[in-house]
Amino acid sequence: MKKFSIIAGCALIGLFGMGAAKKQVITVKGSDTIVILAQRWAESYMAAHPDVSVQVTGGGSGVGISALINGTTDICDASRPMKNSEIDKLKTRFNSLGVEIKCAKDGIALYLNESNPVNELSLDQLKAIYTGEITNWKDVGGKDEKIILYGRENSSGTYVYFRDVVLKGSDYAPATQTLPGTAAVVNAVSKDPNGIGYGGAAYAKGIKLAKVKKDAGSPAYEPNAETVKAGTYPISRYLYMYVRNKPTGAMKAYIDWTLSAEGQQIVSKVGYFPVN
Amino acid sequence: MSTFTGKHTIRVGEWVIETSIRAIAFVSLAFIVLIFVFVLREAAPLLIGKATDDSGAAVTLAKLFSSPFWMPVSNHPTYGIAALILGSLKVTLISLVVATPLSIGAALYTAVFAPRWTKEIIKPAIEILAGFPSVVIGFFALIVMASFFQHLFGLQYRLNALTGGAALALAVIPIIFTLTEDALTALPKQFTEASVALGARKWETALFVLLPAATPGVFAAVLLGFGRAFGETMIVLMATGNAALLSLGITGPVRTISATIGAEMAEVVFGDAHYNVLFFLGFLLFSVSFSLNVVAELFIRKRLMKRFTGAA
Repeated sequence: MKKFSIIAGCALIGLFGMGAAKKQVITVKGSDTIVILAQRWAESYMAAHPDVSVQVTGGGSGVGISALINGTTDICDASRPMKNSEIDKLKTRFNSLGVEIKCAKDGIALYLNESNPVNELSLDQLKAIYTGEITNWKDVGGKDEKIILYGRENSSGTYVYFRDVVLKGSDYAPATQTLPGTAAVVNAVSKDPNGIGYGGAAYAKGIKLAKVKKDAGSPAYEPNAETVKAGTYPISRYLYMYVRNKPTGAMKAYIDWTLSAEGQQIVSKVGYFPVN
Repeated sequence: MSTFTGKHTIRVGEWVIETSIRAIAFVSLAFIVLIFVFVLREAAPLLIGKATDDSGAAVTLAKLFSSPFWMPVSNHPTYGIAALILGSLKVTLISLVVATPLSIGAALYTAVFAPRWTKEIIKPAIEILAGFPSVVIGFFALIVMASFFQHLFGLQYRLNALTGGAALALAVIPIIFTLTEDALTALPKQFTEASVALGARKWETALFVLLPAATPGVFAAVLLGFGRAFGETMIVLMATGNAALLSLGITGPVRTISATIGAEMAEVVFGDAHYNVLFFLGFLLFSVSFSLNVVAELFIRKRLMKRFTGAA
């Protein structure tokens, strides 16, 4: 119905040349990691194009992809690539493989409490910490205190990405406390002297970011524009937008704009990293 | 003639109103049945042993109850719901331990001791708490109560079963309080009069005469409070840390059935084993709250009536 009214609206505009007779609505749904960025994009774009309305909601990458498959959103934001099983579902519903657009780059930051003496961790140490092999901070050069693990809910793209890249596909320790949203993880770590959490670098307020090294002998890097862009920060990823079919009309204009110099400037402002 | 048609129209009008009211009553019944059927249908592949995970391994009820880990999004998914059931029970019991004495005490106070004007402030105030959005209570627990309890008891985990249970008690207190208060005020005046005439003090009357007489109502109130706590989602999702641990400790994080459904339902792939398991969890929640309500209802009706008609 919504699609139909958009088409009808376009047709009206085309026929009578009435200009902004009907607002075009683009719905965007998905990753909580991208939701801040998507909202900034939408605000700036709508300010310059009053005839277009961009509606942004979060919920998690899985939620966005489900919505794309169910036809309840136009654009899906995802912090992980679509799985084959999801692409298959999209294909059976809409006879399309979907279109993937890399719209920004993100470094997964490791959050530590500001009072924690530990400053850098290697990927191996992180794996051992999050799988429950190392449970005390003194084993990684900190105080003799139990490590309190915080993470995201399993509907989050960050959950899957961190598991695949840092834990090499192993499961999280059962004691990992999962919280709804990156902001809640940051809040928990900021109040817990022995806490560790992970999430987008853009959220990091009131905590410190651990420097991460590829292995014990290599230099440690903080997630910032240069290290993520150059790929020296070991935990970085692309952020994606997915659409069902090759975008046309208002959608194409919007997506092109997000990838333009202006759109990518907003990416940097929000705390993520431009794609090119 | 004209009077006859008048009566006739009244009858038709009555019939229409009666039928529509009856229809509305049955529609609400139909909703309950339909929801139950829907939840059961979505869990069906699991119940008849047809559910398989991504690797093709069968997911059976026996595995659900025997596996110690809840790791549904994994390369080797395990759906151990024992930890979730234990988590729900733990948080619910903690909330009842906190809420029951407080709300029964408050109910005794307002029903027996309080002067009229105090009662007229306290009762509505506690009842407003019942309508308080649970997400706000959860938020309060996450930011304020968690830190408070951690410092008070020197806990290792900031978010834990104790904090979650205490926050949940805020949602349970109004239910137990209101129903207990109603049960106490519904007692015949003769109870108090006889007791006082025999020389009992006011507090003796309250504790040894009124409270025992209202036991069925109080019991039903606690049962309904249990149902409320068991099904509550937002408070536990925010305040308990959501780690599915199979342990009996109350100072560690827990993951409850309702929080699991709340956090994972939106993301799950339709028709997947994970999806079936979540609906099975929904079925469990539904069954628990349904049977609690039935028991509470029967208890009030049968026992209370018997007592007052003198059969007991």
